[in-house]
This record gives sequence, structure tokens and C-alpha cells, in this order.
Amino acid sequence: MDFTLSKEQLMAQKLFREFAQNEVKPLAATVDEEEMFPLENVKKMAGLGFFGIPVPREYGGQGADTLTYAMCVEEMSKVCATTGVIISAHTSLCIDPILHYGTEEQKRKYVPDLAAGKKIGAFGLTEPGAGTDAQGQQTVAVLEDDHWVLNGSKIFITNAGYADVFVVFAITGTVVDKRGRKSKEISAFIVERDFPGFKVGKHEKKMGIRGSSTCELIFEDCIVPKENLLGKQGRGFSIAMGTLDGGRIGIAAQALGIAEGAIDETIKYTSERVQFGRRISQQQNTQFQLADMAAKTQAAKYLVYAAACKKQAVNNGLKDRYTVEAAMAKLFAAENASDVTRRCLQLFGGYGYTRDYPIERMMRDAKITEIYEGTSEVQRMVISGNLGVK
Amino acid sequence: MKAIVCVKQVPDTSGKVSVNENGTLDRASMATITNPDDLNAVEAALKLKDETGCEVVVVSMGPPPAEGMLRELLARGCDKAVLVSGREFGGSDTYATSQILAAAVKKVGVGPEDIVFCGRQAIDGDTAQVGPQIAEKLGLPQVTYVADIQKEGNTLTVKRMLEDGFMKIKVQTPCLLTCIKELNEPRYMSVGGIWDCYQKPYEVYDYEALKNDPLIDTDTIGLQGSPTNVYKSFTPPQKGAGTMMEGADKAACEKLVGILHDKQVI
Repeated sequence: MDFTLSKEQLMAQKLFREFAQNEVKPLAATVDEEEMFPLENVKKMAGLGFFGIPVPREYGGQGADTLTYAMCVEEMSKVCATTGVIISAHTSLCIDPILHYGTEEQKRKYVPDLAAGKKIGAFGLTEPGAGTDAQGQQTVAVLEDDHWVLNGSKIFITNAGYADVFVVFAITGTVVDKRGRKSKEISAFIVERDFPGFKVGKHEKKMGIRGSSTCELIFEDCIVPKENLLGKQGRGFSIAMGTLDGGRIGIAAQALGIAEGAIDETIKYTSERVQFGRRISQQQNTQFQLADMAAKTQAAKYLVYAAACKKQAVNNGLKDRYTVEAAMAKLFAAENASDVTRRCLQLFGGYGYTRDYPIERMMRDAKITEIYEGTSEVQRMVISGNLGVK
Repeated sequence: MKAIVCVKQVPDTSGKVSVNENGTLDRASMATITNPDDLNAVEAALKLKDETGCEVVVVSMGPPPAEGMLRELLARGCDKAVLVSGREFGGSDTYATSQILAAAVKKVGVGPEDIVFCGRQAIDGDTAQVGPQIAEKLGLPQVTYVADIQKEGNTLTVKRMLEDGFMKIKVQTPCLLTCIKELNEPRYMSVGGIWDCYQKPYEVYDYEALKNDPLIDTDTIGLQGSPTNVYKSFTPPQKGAGTMMEGADKAACEKLVGILHDKQVI
């Protein structure tokens, strides 16, 4: 496969790198330390088009491609994983399902403001009793006249404190299969922040990506107009799974960026730190460790880029799926990010354990990539299922 | 109404600097950037576009790879780019360059409401001569070291920075301004701009296109024709570490005065 970037992609990569170095990196420690959502940078990124990269021009987007979007998440995450996930959740989990499953009216109504970053998007699937087991959810939606009434709650919702538009899932009935077994019928809805009966609840205090706004969503007789049903009634589960396939490419790109950023910092540190009269970069252990990490991270990059290119091909009309590619990319990139940041911290030694250096933050940030939008175990289930191993 | 901006691709002096045997820079072996002051000139033009909707044309003289820089400026929001490029132009000094660029700017066309923007000086030659020479050759009024621009109709009120103060100057369009970094904060490219930049108008003016312009004396352009001869290029030795003195007593002061006296500073 040819991973040669186009002239436009190379130029976009340069833009992302400049922006990350000049605007994002200087704030990254504060964003983490003070659990600060980087609102000023969000506004700047919106102005440069970072919130609608793969969105077609006709819906107010930049008309670029999925790989360029993934590179944006990667470059931001090299210096600040919080910033990376804000873009990823907004683009992959909110804009993407509206673009793919929404009616023309829904697309015209919601996508232009989201793509311009005038509004921030979020996605609500997880509940206290429904994490990996998405079927276990309790939030219900009942149709009354011209609107749906939602009751229940969602937890761990990325961007929630600052989002204006939410793609939310709720039970709309019961399905009975041929053998008479019952299961929940799940549907998807577009919920606006100011709909009556909707509120954002508790803000989670997290180990990593601490500037990301992760909150509870509460629905108390929340009124959602009938026309805000996303996709057909009862198609919610497949919409959620299809959306997460795309989301996983964003998180894989975030994990890739975290690993690359950690390697960059470690090369810099080990080239300066002197022990036993010489730079620790002169020690063969440092050289071999960094060589191994760089090789694995490059492998992660190819998996992430290949998944992004496959998704773009599907967007362009290829009759295929990218579920397995996305699962492999996320599994490998996330576990690599945790491994690389842990090993890099070891090379930093005691200084790496302090908050004077970014490496401990990167190690804390990396862990979540193995958990959200499908744990590594879920990715293994997806991959092994595709192999026919049952 | 138009804003024409002259820009130069320069070696990134934060990286490796290498010099050819003839004393000119070995540009091919060095990473390149857009000259920093020129980015302020581009930003001034783009601000004018934001306010008035005018067209922004960027003009650069350089080898064909300078197209990459010009495309990036189109991605920032400029409307059209012109690359002035030909072997005959290579190695030109400021006298030669300003003839060629003046002819190129004239070919783009300077209308009665138009403004030509240049950066104050390029970080490779550091002469600050090209902008003013272009203005002289085109017969345009010029203001150098511009740190602020207020526009009212065809009259500009311009703040011109000096070492120990500033001047406020009124100037009529068409005119030429050379810009300094205090003027503005250059914007980034945008993702949409990047996806548009290869569709925007891009022209190359070669030797044939410009040689008959009376502003150009073909005997005084290029490395051979340029009146400047570089005798030698070298990297100056780094200054040694300074001497730190401590103490606030009379003896320390006398010692300091003694050192300054010996060095004939005082």
C-alpha cells in the first residue's frame, strides 16, 4: 500500500504541527493540571477548519479526507491528548453518524455549525450498567404525539460540558426473534443541549486526558422532536456500532500521537541527561529501547493510516467495511501507546515521575485509549470474530 | 483594488547554513521558510482583503520549488500567485532583483488604489534594499518599517518605527510599504485553504516574459550582471562566554570600571 501523502496532506500536516507546537503544547501541562477544557484553542481550531476536516463542502466542511482528519488528531495528541480527543469525539462520534444516517433536513440543520466548530458535538451510549455490553442500557424513549420523551442517564460522555449537539441512544421497544427470544430495540436520537428535560450532570475526575470534559447526561422527561430520530427506529445498535468503527480510527490516531510525542520527548531528554560522564542516549539500552519503540510506533502508524484510507474509500463508494481495520488499528496503537509511554518514563528515571516533565502525563493519557470506544478486549472480539474463531 | 505582496523563500537559519564556492548560499542543501517579515506583509494584505474584499496577489522570485511556499500563501487566503523564475535571474543581488521584481509587479499591474507590500528585509541577506528599490523603479511613494496602517479611502496613515520613536506618515495609494513584525500576527493556513490552494491561479514569469520591460537592463541581472561581488562568505566564530562579576561593594565597582577602561569601552 502506498502511504505517500498528497501535496495537500503534507501541507495540512505542516499546519497541524505548527499549530500544535505554537498553541497547544504551551498549554498542555495547565490543561492537565487544572482540568481545563482548552476553550480558546478550540475556538482557534474551529477558525482553521479542524472541526470539520472530512466533512463535504456542501455541508460546510473542509472537503478533506479521513486520513487528514486522523493526522490532525495525531499531531494534536503528540503534545496534548486532551485536544486530540475533543476533535475526535466531535468529528467521529457526532458529525459522522448525522452525515451517514441523518435525513437531508437533519444534515442541513446540524452539520454546518458542527463542521465550522460553532457548535461542539458529543455521543451518548455508555450508561452505568451498559459499558462494553451496550445492550444493557436502561434509557428509554417513548413516542407521544409529535415528540419522543426520553428518561434515563448516560455516563462518561466526552465533550459533554461544552457540547451543543448530542447523538444519544435509548430503548424504544422490544424485539422478538424467530425463536421467541426478546431483546431491546434501540434507536438513535439527535438531542440539543437546550431541549426541555435535558441536563449535563456530574463532571468526572479522571486519571488522564484531564482537560477533556467527561460528564453525565441526564434525561428527565426530555422532549425530543419526532424528526430528531436518527436513522430508522430500531436501528440504534447498528448505528452505534457503525459510528464506533469510525471513532476507533480517531482514538487509534490519538494513541499513535501520544506514542510519537513520548518518543520525541525521550529523544530530547536522553540527549541532554548526563550520567556516568556521558549522555544517556549514548547507552546502548537507550538506543535499543528507542529503536524498538520507534519501529512499533511506525507499525501502529501504518495500521491507523490504512484504516483511515479504507474508511475514506468506503465514504467514496467502495462496497466494503472497515470494522476490522479500525479494530486492529485501535488495539495495536492503544497498547503500543501504553507500552511506549511506560518505557519512556523509565528512561526519564526519577525526573519522569515528576510533573516537571510531560512524560508522566503522557503515560496517564495513554491508558484511556485501551478503554474507551471499545476496550482492547472488545477489539480482540471483533478481530477474532472476523477470523471465524468461535 | 489589489494588494500585491513581494515574498522571498529563505534558508531556515535555525538549521544548517552552507555556502557555495562563489560565496552565494547553497540553498538546495538547506531547509527553507517564508521570510518572516514577508509573512507580516502577507498578513497586512490579507487584513486589507478582510476589510475591503480586495484581491491579494503574491509575487516571488526564486527557483521552481518556491511554488510550495506560494501555494502555502494561497492556503492562507491569498488569491493569486506569480513565480518569477529563470536561470538568467539566478544569483541576482538587490539591484538586479529589484529590477526584475519591479517589472513583475508592473506586469501584475499597479492600479490607482493598489498597495504593494514587502517585508522589511530578508533574513539571508539582511539588506532591506529590495522593497525601497522596487518603489523607486516603479515611481511609487514608499514608507519603510511599517508598524500600523489605517486606511481611509485612498489615504493611508502609517506608523513608521524608528530606533527611538516613530513617525506617522500620510501616504496616497498607489504606494509601497515595507512591513515589520510589530505590524501584526501572521495567520495560519486553514484546512479548507489548503484544499483550495492548488486550484487557485498560479503563473510563472520567466526571462522571456520580462526581458523587454524597460525597467530591466539585461546586462545588470543574474550573478554575472549584479554589481555586488561577494568576496567571501564565512561563519563568524562564536563569542566566548561572558565574565560574571559578583558583589555590590566599591572594590567590585572599581574592578568593573578597570575592565571597561582596559577594553576602551569607557
